[in-house]
This record gives sequence, C-alpha cells and structure tokens, in this order.
Amino acid sequence: MTTELLNHVLRQGDRALVLSHRLAQWITHAPSLEEDMALANISLDLLGQTRHLYTYAGELEGEGNDEDYFAYWRDAAAFRNPLLVEQPNGDFAVTIARQVFHDHAALLYWESMTESADVTLGALAARARNETAFHLQHSTGWLVRLGDGTDESHRRAQAGVDALWPYTSELLDADDEGELRSSGLIGKPIETAWHEAVADTLLNAGLHAPIDAEQCAGGIHGVHSEHLEPLLHEMQHLARAHPGASW
Amino acid sequence: MSTSFPHWEVFVRARRGIDHQHAGSVHAPDGETALRAARDLFTRRQEGVSLWVVPSSEIVASDPADDDAFFEPAADKAYRFPTSYELPPEVDQM
Repeated sequence: MTTELLNHVLRQGDRALVLSHRLAQWITHAPSLEEDMALANISLDLLGQTRHLYTYAGELEGEGNDEDYFAYWRDAAAFRNPLLVEQPNGDFAVTIARQVFHDHAALLYWESMTESADVTLGALAARARNETAFHLQHSTGWLVRLGDGTDESHRRAQAGVDALWPYTSELLDADDEGELRSSGLIGKPIETAWHEAVADTLLNAGLHAPIDAEQCAGGIHGVHSEHLEPLLHEMQHLARAHPGASW
Repeated sequence: MSTSFPHWEVFVRARRGIDHQHAGSVHAPDGETALRAARDLFTRRQEGVSLWVVPSSEIVASDPADDDAFFEPAADKAYRFPTSYELPPEVDQM
C-alpha cells in the first residue's frame, strides 16, 4: 500500500511542479503586469504544494531523498505528471484553457482529499483547496472573458480548448488507485463532477468541447510527450551543474 | 494590453474596525478582474481583510490649479485650531 501511496503522492507532486514551471515561463511575457503577477503567484502556490508532496514522498519512500532529489535528480521517465501540464504554454488563451481544465480537477481533488484517512495529505488538502479555489476563479474568469470577448479572443480560446481537450481524461481518477480509494486514503472519484463543472464554464464562455477528440494518456505512468524533457532540462540544469550548491 | 485596460484604484482594509486605505492602482478590464489583481498585488502577505476597487475615472479630484483657493485660507484662521485651550493634565496627550 505504501508503494501505491508513494506513486500517488509523486503523481500529484509532479503535476504541481511541472505546471508551476510552465507558469513560471510566462514571467515577463504575460499580456500585462497584473497578469504577470497573477501567473507567478499561482506558480508559487503550486511550487509550495510540490514541496510538501515531495517531502512526504521522501518519508514514504524511506531512502533519505529530499524534495530537491525529486525535483532535480529524476529524468522524464520517472515523472508521473499527467500530459496536460507539460503541454507548451501556447498563447495566453491556451494557457488559460489548460488552467481551467487543471484547476477544476485540482479543486475537486483537494476537496475530496480533505476527507483523506492520511493525516499529512488531509492537512495539505485543507490549505491547497483554498489556494486552488482562487486559481480557478482566475482561470475561469479569463476563459469566460476570452470566449465571450472579441471574435479573435473567442477563436483563440476555442483553439486552446480544442488543442488541450485530448489530455483531460488523464487528469481524472486513475484506474490503478482503487485500493487507495477503498481504504480511504484518497477521496471520492471526481470525474462526473469535473465534466459538469467544465461544461458549465464552457457554456458561460460560449465555447464547446470538441465532439470526437481522442484522448491521450500516459504521463501518470511515465510515458510523456516530447515537451517534458526540454522543460526538465531547463529546470534541472543548474542543480545538476552545481550539485549541492546553496545560496 | 494593459495600456487599453482601464485603471482601478485599490483600497485595502488592514484589519477589522479600521478604514479602507488607498493602496495603489491596477489595470483590469472589469471590476472582478481588478479585485483579483488587487488581491495578488496588495494582500498576498496578509496586509488586508477587505478590498475595494473603484474605477479611477469615477474619482472626482481637486484641481492642483485650485490649491490656493481650496487649501490656503485654512492657514491663517488660528481660531480653527484648538491651540488656546489648556489640556487638563488627566488627558495627557491629544
């Protein structure tokens, strides 16, 4: 069971870290100074969640690995994040569509985890839920404004939804975590609630999910798209060039 | 983009019982977005318990050219200042 829980915690930590890094890539490139701050704040919240999750992963693993090990010293195949969060930022509308899909799933996940039988995850969930609720306000607020805005912003928002929809099923309940769920360590399934919530957001934005898009998955099993390795290279090269450095 | 978004003045209440104070301004397309931007910029370090945003264009301000007419007359009206009263010692400071 510890192995399953460790795997679950790494999936969540890797999801948060990779998305945190993607959002950090917006810094100084966002459409406005205010948006630069907003994306950076969300990125930092996700990084904070990552640190708790990785530290806990180190405890579960019991081999003396700390948060830095999990962030800097594993290669792409060891990462367990869903494919969605490693997808490139694209334009602002693509990033916002990615956030909407992610934030709905993350909020439902953390809400369900406040009931977890695992004390550490339950405590983290109480905090992460509040952070995520604000992230969701940010992303859905923008998607509605873009989708319901000008012809150009609508076109871009729909393009973002279309491009990222194939990566959404993997955000939802992993089918190899049934034992964790039945033992109460992870919360109730989120798939139905996610589809309702996302449909509601898309409706408000005047957008629609693509009808016959095939779903891609694999990230949570370590099978990634070509986009993860360059991201990790950028994120890890300093730590690997100067092992053990501190400042 | 920010150049085309209107300006919003941000007021933060630091804690319950004291007034909202002007903290700065943000650019945003609408009030809700302005509130979220204000939260990120002005209350991330527990600086506040309540936020107001007001369109800058709605603020009616005094004209610096009128400074003399508006503010100067106050200076030579000593009777508007309670300087001639002696404070009872119990009051100590006021």
